[in-house]
Amino acid sequence: MLQGQQLQSILKRRAELLANVRRFFSTREVLEVSTPILSSAAPTAPYLDSFHTLFEAGNRSKTLYLHTSPEFAMKRLLAAGSGGIYQIATVFRNGELGRQHTPEFSMLEWYRPGFTLADLMAEVNAFIQQVIGTPPAVTCAYSDLFARYLQLDIYQTDVDTLKAVALKHISALPADWQTDYDGWLEMLMSEVIEPELKALNTPVLVTEFPASQAQLARIQPNAAGQPVAMRFELYAGGMELANGYDELCDATELRQRFERDNIARQQQGKPVMPIDENLLAAMQSGLPQCSGVALGLDRLMMLHLAEDNISKVQSISFADN
Amino acid sequence: MASYSTNEFKAGLKFMMDGDPCSIIENEFVKPGKGQAFNRVKFRNLKTGRVNERTFKTNESVESADVVEIDLEFSYTDGEFWHFMDPTSFEQYAADANAITDSKDWLKEQYTYTVTLWNGTPLLVTPPNFVNLTVVETDPGVRGDTSGGGGKPATLETGAVVRVPLFIEIGEVLRVDTRSASYVERAKKD
Repeated sequence: MLQGQQLQSILKRRAELLANVRRFFSTREVLEVSTPILSSAAPTAPYLDSFHTLFEAGNRSKTLYLHTSPEFAMKRLLAAGSGGIYQIATVFRNGELGRQHTPEFSMLEWYRPGFTLADLMAEVNAFIQQVIGTPPAVTCAYSDLFARYLQLDIYQTDVDTLKAVALKHISALPADWQTDYDGWLEMLMSEVIEPELKALNTPVLVTEFPASQAQLARIQPNAAGQPVAMRFELYAGGMELANGYDELCDATELRQRFERDNIARQQQGKPVMPIDENLLAAMQSGLPQCSGVALGLDRLMMLHLAEDNISKVQSISFADN
Repeated sequence: MASYSTNEFKAGLKFMMDGDPCSIIENEFVKPGKGQAFNRVKFRNLKTGRVNERTFKTNESVESADVVEIDLEFSYTDGEFWHFMDPTSFEQYAADANAITDSKDWLKEQYTYTVTLWNGTPLLVTPPNFVNLTVVETDPGVRGDTSGGGGKPATLETGAVVRVPLFIEIGEVLRVDTRSASYVERAKKD
């Protein structure tokens, strides 16, 4: 692990960053909250794996999941009338370990009742400029990136075309690689477009995601009448820093998405996750229209300190623990 | 044959790819957006020396390669093969020209080299980072010049040519960095 001056410097910079984050929200009258880490439910997203553990008391035992983000609990607070809230939470994601990934990391998540997605994007833009002094972010639609860098109209294409384009641009990709429409888009995004965005040397807010990648965002037509996910991602320094939604507030549709996700998990041979009934009940009772975003604080530190490995910005890294 | 899953990938891991033994140089875990994770792997084909990149699906597995590194003493060459010996077991190994591509300028009898064996056959011979070698040919030394500025070529006993300071003379033993093929200093007599 880090020692002496190097450690002191990282600890100091982290503490300063957290103080700056809290100042940012304090001046905007967004309230800091804490929510439980353990839950009897877990997210269903097909490519997100929760850690689980056992609660044991005498003869009773119950499986509990460590949160992968405080999203569900915070939405319950919103539905119960909390108003604008933020949280700095340690979150857990199983199986994710690499230069930009670690199974246990710091997430900053905030929700703004009454904010449109554009309002929240403006706030995220102000946030990164104020907190770590980045240049202003530029905004770009997901489909525009594919048009600009790959001459592809993602709404008029099919899996075979996407595969051919991917094999042409990504030499490391074996010819028998198999995935679906979204899998190819994600592959092209991470291997071809992200390096282009990194080279811009300025943060980029990517918005209007394909409806099939809506996650927990609302879907609505864009200016061209194409149904798109009201979702954005912030890219900076070759990293995905934040993911935001104009939140889906329809409990029936949310339940359908959870169930679809669980079917996709089963097809991959992954365990089905218990759906968060508390969240659905809260949403049924009325979640105010709001926009929310989750931002990786360790990656923000990496960007701030120009470090290329997440383990170098943590007090004690996963490998040292 | 054992196999490795992508979550065991790390630099130095030896695996089989299209029938050739390979060694991982760099392994990067990539998780695009909310999508499926994969590994972007840079590796060296140990037979050809070529560096390639390939993506692997997370949890894809590869066959391990029976590749080991051992320290062997260089004995002699018959022109076709370069013969090495294990100093403890006295077992002999013959390396072909491909295996010594990177080390042939630094092969000196009785010196110890790291030899990469694949299924018991030398695949690659790596010289130590520093070797002491005698100068067999160079222009006459310039007395009084100890600055090392300028320099001149010198041929060493193994055939390697390195740039040396002007004061170096034939017969002197030099300490040489084999990674950069550069002169370090005059060696203390050994």
